[in-house]
Amino acid sequence: MNVKKFSMHVDVDSFIPATEEEKAYMVQMRPSSTFFRDGMKRLLKNGVATASLVIIIVITLASLIIPAFWPYSYETMLGVQPGKAVDSSYNNLAPFEYGASEKARIEAGEKIFPHIFGTDNQGRDYFIRVVYGTRISLAVGFFASIIVLIIGMTVGSIAGYFGGAVDLIIMRIVDIIYSLPDMLMVILLAAVLKETLGSALEGTALEKIGSNIISLFIVFGVLYWVSMSRLIRGQILSLREQEYVLAARAAGAKGGRIIKKHLLPNSISVVIISTALQIPNAIFTESYLSFLGLGVNAPMPSLGSLASDALNGLSSYPYRLIIPAIVISLIVLSLNLFGDGLRDAFDPKLRT
Amino acid sequence: MNSKTMFYILKRILLAVLTVWVVITVTFFVMHAVPGGPFTSEKAISPAAQAALEAKYGLDKPLMQQYFTYLEDIVTKFDFGPSLKQRGRMVIDIITDGMKTSAKLGVIAAVIAAVSGIVLGAVAALRRNKLIDKIVMVITTAFVSMPSFIMGALLLALFAVSLHLLPANGAAKGGLVLPIITLSLYPMAYITRLTRSSMLDVLGQDYIRTAKAKGVSGTKIIFGHALKNSLIPVITYFGPMLAYIVTGSLVVERIFAVPGIGKAFVQSITNRDYPLIMGTTIVLAVLIVIMNLVSDILYKVVDPRINLE
Repeated sequence: MNVKKFSMHVDVDSFIPATEEEKAYMVQMRPSSTFFRDGMKRLLKNGVATASLVIIIVITLASLIIPAFWPYSYETMLGVQPGKAVDSSYNNLAPFEYGASEKARIEAGEKIFPHIFGTDNQGRDYFIRVVYGTRISLAVGFFASIIVLIIGMTVGSIAGYFGGAVDLIIMRIVDIIYSLPDMLMVILLAAVLKETLGSALEGTALEKIGSNIISLFIVFGVLYWVSMSRLIRGQILSLREQEYVLAARAAGAKGGRIIKKHLLPNSISVVIISTALQIPNAIFTESYLSFLGLGVNAPMPSLGSLASDALNGLSSYPYRLIIPAIVISLIVLSLNLFGDGLRDAFDPKLRT
Repeated sequence: MNSKTMFYILKRILLAVLTVWVVITVTFFVMHAVPGGPFTSEKAISPAAQAALEAKYGLDKPLMQQYFTYLEDIVTKFDFGPSLKQRGRMVIDIITDGMKTSAKLGVIAAVIAAVSGIVLGAVAALRRNKLIDKIVMVITTAFVSMPSFIMGALLLALFAVSLHLLPANGAAKGGLVLPIITLSLYPMAYITRLTRSSMLDVLGQDYIRTAKAKGVSGTKIIFGHALKNSLIPVITYFGPMLAYIVTGSLVVERIFAVPGIGKAFVQSITNRDYPLIMGTTIVLAVLIVIMNLVSDILYKVVDPRINLE
């Protein structure tokens, strides 16, 4: 034990004013970091999440850019040319094979862009179909999640803000929708909307998107907002009671400042994370419905419908199934891993 | 069981009954929103037959009255009406026929998923951060992010088409092997991850340390204390697992041509056989709701510490 501690002698050295050097040492070297920058730093340190993010960005950019310069389109049947008989040599080409008239042009010295993945049974370039299908699947996943976010946020904040009877009624409705078998209801609604929407949309701008995708959005909007609204309601209820909100109020902060500085930053991360985790779910559901023939309208491809179409020629052209299968698994896997990384980086409290 | 638990169970049952009613109501009205209604077939039938059909199902009566008749028939007689496309067959007969195959498929898949998932999860937790743990986690992560139809189609391509090991047709002898594997992989991966994380949680508890300090043998700790307690969260997954197997079987039965309820359902959608769509939706939904109810109540009864409110 240090006996000196008990003596009343004071070490005078401890009371000499600090030199400039010492002062500089004590100054905080780091610039103050924001919540967002902190989270990004943690996220980028997470190798798996960063790799997933890179994969997602590459796939998204590819699906957006490639169709712009690719010489083939997803709906052109290469064997069908106006005024000529259908050239069936274009159907079911193996990867890097050419159709009859293309071969003739190659022999004449012309350069023909290869069909990297061959063509499908109607003579459509398969590579561009996969790229386009990826774009559709990503877009459906993204917009469906936004719809879920908007509806869930509105209903959840209404329930959390008003409380009392409004909250009780909304939450009972949420309970019931939550316990519905979602996939069965999705199939039922998609099957019915497919029949009823088609005629209703005719002539409007929405027709181009296709009745099936619209009905998919409706189904998502009707069924999947419940968990989001539960989450936001819970956030609002618990954040209102937090000590730091009380402290801010005691320090004289006004309502607007509390909302802007405390409530929003603290709840927005949870919202963004669950929206990010909703995207792979939506892609999953879309591909599932497309596989059952309830997804996108032909000739538009989606990854699910491509896989579904590939089933018929499975024994001869297994790669036509494997390619969309890999793409869809890669997208879902990396979105899930990235969502997990996002959660770990921005809200360590949520970690399970 | 105290009164609070009883109250919870009662509340839960009430919610389940309400959910079933909502399912039936939604199904009925959604189906009647289709132009022409569910009992019209697009094939022209003779006016006499049309009149007979209308009289039999009261299609001339107001919609609300039809609804109550439909509800009453279901609740009292399990009567979902006749199939539109399979002449002379009742919907309920088609469902029970399909159920025989589908139930076998689902139950075996569920048992395989539960047993192998628990074993793999426990092994991964006990060998945490060792090679075997890492292998198990990588494989299960891959399985969890693969849609069931992709999994089924890939298994079909590999084992039936390329290697010719197993039949591709679900109705053939041994044809159920591939569908069962397809259906069990996702829940197996999920249960593995669930068991692993809950086992890790339990192994860190004080009572495990106490048991170790007392000198209880390793096997006894694992089987007597750790495993039993770490299985509690797995119980909650039984409801969602059944829901997954039911929806999964829709595509799996399509891929492997298994003559089950899933195939009947998908066919009824493409044929627009509305009474069959309604009947199948309701039966499957009731099944899922009941399973969710059972697993929730079991969860509460097994571990009274859990506060579900």
